[in-house]
Amino acid sequence: MVGEAAIRAGCRAYFGYPITPQNELPEYMATKFAAMDDAVFVQAESELAAINMVMGASMAGARVMTSSSSPGISLKQEGISYIAAMELPAVIVNMMRGGPGLGNIAPSQSDYFQSTRGGGHGDYRTIVLAPNSAQEIADLVGKAFDLAEEYRTPVIIMGDGMMGQMMEPVVFAEPIDPKSLPKRDYTLDGAKGRPSRIIKSLLLDVRLEEEHNWKLMRKYEAIKENIVDYEEYLVEDAELVVVAYGTGARIAKGAVNRLRESGLKVGLFRPKTLWPFPDKTLREIARTVGHFVVYEMSAGQMVEDVRLALEGQSEIYFYGRPGGVVSTPEEIARVLSSRYYRFNPLEM
Amino acid sequence: MKKVFGRPKSLKSNPYHYCPGCGHSIIHRLVAEVIDELGIQEKTIGVPPAGCAVLAYNYFDVDMGEAPHGRAVAVAVGIKRVLPDRVVFTYQGDGDIAAIGTAETVHAANRGDNITVIFVNNAVYGMTGGQMAPTTLIGMPSTTTPGGRVAKRDGLPLDLSQMLAVAGGSVYIERTAVTTPKRILQTRKAIKKAFETQLEGKGFNLVEILSPCPTNWKMDSLEASRFVDEEMTKFFPLKVIKDAG
Repeated sequence: MVGEAAIRAGCRAYFGYPITPQNELPEYMATKFAAMDDAVFVQAESELAAINMVMGASMAGARVMTSSSSPGISLKQEGISYIAAMELPAVIVNMMRGGPGLGNIAPSQSDYFQSTRGGGHGDYRTIVLAPNSAQEIADLVGKAFDLAEEYRTPVIIMGDGMMGQMMEPVVFAEPIDPKSLPKRDYTLDGAKGRPSRIIKSLLLDVRLEEEHNWKLMRKYEAIKENIVDYEEYLVEDAELVVVAYGTGARIAKGAVNRLRESGLKVGLFRPKTLWPFPDKTLREIARTVGHFVVYEMSAGQMVEDVRLALEGQSEIYFYGRPGGVVSTPEEIARVLSSRYYRFNPLEM
Repeated sequence: MKKVFGRPKSLKSNPYHYCPGCGHSIIHRLVAEVIDELGIQEKTIGVPPAGCAVLAYNYFDVDMGEAPHGRAVAVAVGIKRVLPDRVVFTYQGDGDIAAIGTAETVHAANRGDNITVIFVNNAVYGMTGGQMAPTTLIGMPSTTTPGGRVAKRDGLPLDLSQMLAVAGGSVYIERTAVTTPKRILQTRKAIKKAFETQLEGKGFNLVEILSPCPTNWKMDSLEASRFVDEEMTKFFPLKVIKDAG
């Protein structure tokens, strides 16, 4: 699904290293690319090598992607920091699994901090997209390439094993011919008829490094202004709103539907961009909603962004299951209703 | 008046930052001369390492893309796979390529990635101030082997070029030095052959160049050159290590 969407978006270069649960994606790319003259697939010797091949391919002007799962994404962080510093576009898919360490291969959301805070060394951010359905994956993959190129920055797509293996009908976008994409004026393709170019991240002069950092920060401010994306579900009249993303949001939506059937006024707020986080909208919602539950398949990471967004204005309760445990909608419904009845006691 | 000697077109006029007696300046010039001679300046992309030669992008007048420490070959592979008709070379020191970048290099050689590697071996980490490198000779002092490298504790020097010769996809590997005019000319020949190997699409090729580091070896330039010729070549003999072209 990710692979087909990427190819249709004009991606012609993929570099990766096997790790569960995302192997279907490189296998798909390998199979498809084998039959295409203009496409490059390399199974690298490590995630380190893969992300640096991505860096090179991006320098050379390709629409390039890599994918991995949590431990592999940790290894890629060095390269992601360089790609961010060099202002190169790249799309990185993380099908998260239980951690820390080798953890397990069950669906998890424990890499939120890593992805939204930068992940590697230095002052930088990455755009982080969190789809929650097959259709949304198909749509967001294309968008990820566009955003990466528009803002010249790495874009991370966050999923998990459950999302990776999901079977749902999907309408794909029309394929784009990569040759039709606007040619970038900063790539390295040989200095034919123009001055030679340098792509680098080393700025030994602290004034230049500071200037570069502020330039990146201005770009990140523009990203925050322009690309925040989210879904509001039955929020309008809600008294309690659950905040969740990705697979967690699908489960939470099931819980909200169940509780609505029983007449409880609960809704769902689902960030589709984890960075930039939709804090303004959440603050807006908090003007009418006093109670929030944050549900994550982790020990509590996005909850910090919710707290930052609401700045102590509302009651925030966290419920999470780390280690690869996937809650049922019933379990979340129980959590939501027990919170709901605290401020909305049953009339006897 | 006839001009008989000048700066190669593929070198910028920026003054080198390298120490007196260091081999990088000579090697830069040789690479630039070969690029000029082969007429490939407008289709060449270079990847410098982390280390003394990171600033190579200020000297070569071709497209240059920096790589993280040890990853130059992986970056070069990414570029070359996307643009197979361009000429892609890396320029790396022994710490960069033979320690932190070993895996990337071995596997690129094994895949036969059609790139050129200029591997400058001075048996020490230069930029960081003279620590032991994988190539440091036995008994050779460094800031992290104060009494000299000891095999039992520090291991023997690593002959990366020999390792790479075993890899199925490597085509041409030669070890040279830049200590005497004769050896400098041999180095130039080897660099030219390496680039030609790439232009002919044959596969992975590498020139290892033994190069003096007077600053970190705490020697004067002549002593350092002599050390290369008399000591380094004992463990790293100058020869064509592989020619499967």
